[in-house]
Amino acid sequence: MNIVVLVKQVPDTATERKLNADDRTLDRAASDGVINELDEYAIEEALLLKEKHGGEVTILTMGPDQATDSIRKALSMGADKAVFVNDEALHGSDAIQTAYALAQALGTLEFDLVVLGSESTDARTGVVGAALAEYLGLPQLTLAGKVDVDGGAIRIQRQTDYGYDVVEAQLPAVVSVVEKINEPRYPSFKLIMQAKKKPVDKKSAADAGIDTGRVGLANATTETVDFAAAPPRAAGTIVKDEGDGGTKAADFLAEKKFV
Amino acid sequence: MAEVLVLVDHVDGQVKKVTTELLTAARRIGEPAAVWVGDGVESGRAALAEFGAEKVYVAPAEVNDYVVAPKAELLAKLAQEKGAAAILVSATAENKEIAGRTAVKLGSGVLTDVVDVNAEVVTEHSVFGGATVTHARVTTGVPVVAVRPNSVVPEAAVGAAAAEEAVAVEISDAAKTARVVERVAQEKGARPELTEAAIVVSGGRGVGSDDFSVVENLADSLGAAVGASRAVVDSGWYPNQFQVGQTGKTVSPNLYVALGISGAIQHRAGMQTSKNIVAVNKDPEAPIFELADFGVVGDLHTVAPQLTEEINKRK
Ligand SMILES: Cc1cc2nc3c(=O)[nH]c(=O)nc-3n(C[C@H](O)[C@H](O)[C@H](O)COP(=O)(O)OP(=O)(O)OC[C@H]3O[C@@H](n4cnc5c(N)ncnc54)[C@H](O)[C@@H]3O)c2cc1C
Ligand SMILES: Cc1cc2nc3c(=O)[nH]c(=O)nc-3n(C[C@H](O)[C@H](O)[C@H](O)COP(=O)(O)OP(=O)(O)OC[C@H]3O[C@@H](n4cnc5c(N)ncnc54)[C@H](O)[C@@H]3O)c2cc1C
Repeated sequence: MNIVVLVKQVPDTATERKLNADDRTLDRAASDGVINELDEYAIEEALLLKEKHGGEVTILTMGPDQATDSIRKALSMGADKAVFVNDEALHGSDAIQTAYALAQALGTLEFDLVVLGSESTDARTGVVGAALAEYLGLPQLTLAGKVDVDGGAIRIQRQTDYGYDVVEAQLPAVVSVVEKINEPRYPSFKLIMQAKKKPVDKKSAADAGIDTGRVGLANATTETVDFAAAPPRAAGTIVKDEGDGGTKAADFLAEKKFV
Repeated sequence: MAEVLVLVDHVDGQVKKVTTELLTAARRIGEPAAVWVGDGVESGRAALAEFGAEKVYVAPAEVNDYVVAPKAELLAKLAQEKGAAAILVSATAENKEIAGRTAVKLGSGVLTDVVDVNAEVVTEHSVFGGATVTHARVTTGVPVVAVRPNSVVPEAAVGAAAAEEAVAVEISDAAKTARVVERVAQEKGARPELTEAAIVVSGGRGVGSDDFSVVENLADSLGAAVGASRAVVDSGWYPNQFQVGQTGKTVSPNLYVALGISGAIQHRAGMQTSKNIVAVNKDPEAPIFELADFGVVGDLHTVAPQLTEEINKRK
């Protein structure tokens, strides 16, 4: 079974994240880039499926030059190879354009399953998996907390507010994962060394079948009009508990009419 | 005035509060038209009328038998037929997916985690864990907007008709490829749903064990939902679906109470837009106090029970 895992590089949440003043896109120089956390769960799930059913795991990343760091990390977890779509024309693409571009790139690859994270930590739209399934015309098996493949059939537990739905489909399909699905492995020293030699196929937008008239900031379906630092919260009242901390908190809640 | 489609969230015919918020916002843009999927519209219609729905489009329950795609077909079809000015959905995980597929079908764009929207469908967003506020708009086609619950104050309208109109739905084969074969409900207690609740009481590692009663008792005294930090979920003390934060739920209640939570940036990402924040933590340096409108430096195991008792006394 051949699996493509979609991996996005995002700014580290622990550092300060900023937007560019000139074009209002993410300032990638302002913070360290890391692999989107949920994508590590996607890679882990793909590796588990490969261990069970055989085949190859390919990483697909679209992003700026620095994203090679995340690709190496993904390869050092055990993925076999990577495709890196890297083109200035893609800069500033929004969620719908990103899904379009990834769908086109997937069209140049052979796969039985696409696995991705259910949400990135920077933009957090949670839209790409569904939009990708729409573009590809493939079954949408998103928000999976459990995945089982049996021959050409696939079944997942889709997380919902009340618990989960059991969803069935035929391969090929698009699966997005939630955090509870597994525990991502740490790369071993051996795998880190091996990863350095694994093939990374760098593609321009044109190589990946992407119409550059449909991607990038100039063609975006959404536009950031302006941005500003959020106004700081007014300093609150902090009291030390001297046996009456709970009562004082109750007074505050009463004053705000919560009791 | 052009119609603004509002996808209704309902449970057993009961309209969720977030839908009344969306209808209120929709009135700024045009004429609200509710889109109801499944049974139970009879019991929900009054609430839709109260908050300004001029029309209610009703689609059959079969739409729910497949993942997301049929709902996107439904919304795209209605938007095209009715010449809708915008589509509003609540920013739940599933609805954001519906929004995405609908935008692809319409050749438009999607705006997610919106905290406010104006008459021109310019949206306000709180991003990077609440550190930055942005305004955005869709540049082409019918904007599809996912609004965070508790962001808009619901206001009743007068004289809306909520006229019912059945929608003939023919689900395409392409939308039937991912079939829901079973629905499994877990631990649905009497408490309000986390993302919808007006008050959320969350517990962190400071709770100390899987005995969460100190958090639950306070929550119940306030009629609140219970939340948890990731440290708690990772320790197996409380179920995963209650996690608040960057990789959990985003909440924006009127009151958020944090018990034994340090206030890591990833936790703040999920609760920073709460209107009032109360924190109890034994460490005076805990970053959660930077956000708190009221904080108590002390042991939650004495402060929280006292608070619960006081609330119950004053009811
Ligand atoms: C603060 C902020 C807010 C934004 N808000 C919006 C908005 O409201 N609407 C909008 O259309 N765009 C928005 N964007 C643009 C958005 O970041 C990009 O379009 C992004 O490439 C895709 O969205 P996402 O990260 O939210 O995807 P999500 O749907 O959250 O990501 C899900 C998964 O998709 C995969 N994936 C996503 N991007 C890539 C990639 N480049 N390469 C490989 N795999 C990938 C990953 O597996 C990821 O886990 C915003 C950007 C920022 C910085
Ligand atoms: C990519 C990524 C995503 C993440 N996503 C999330 C997320 O979605 N949600 C989330 O919550 N975290 C998330 N985290 C984890 C986050 O960084 C923190 O580790 C986590 O929030 C800590 O939880 P905590 O505050 O309960 O625990 P701690 O940080 O250990 O804090 C416990 C607090 O309790 C106090 N305390 C202890 N005992 C008592 C007592 N008896 N009375 C009063 N106070 C007491 C301590 O002083 C301390 O401040 C994420 C991390 C990463 C890297």
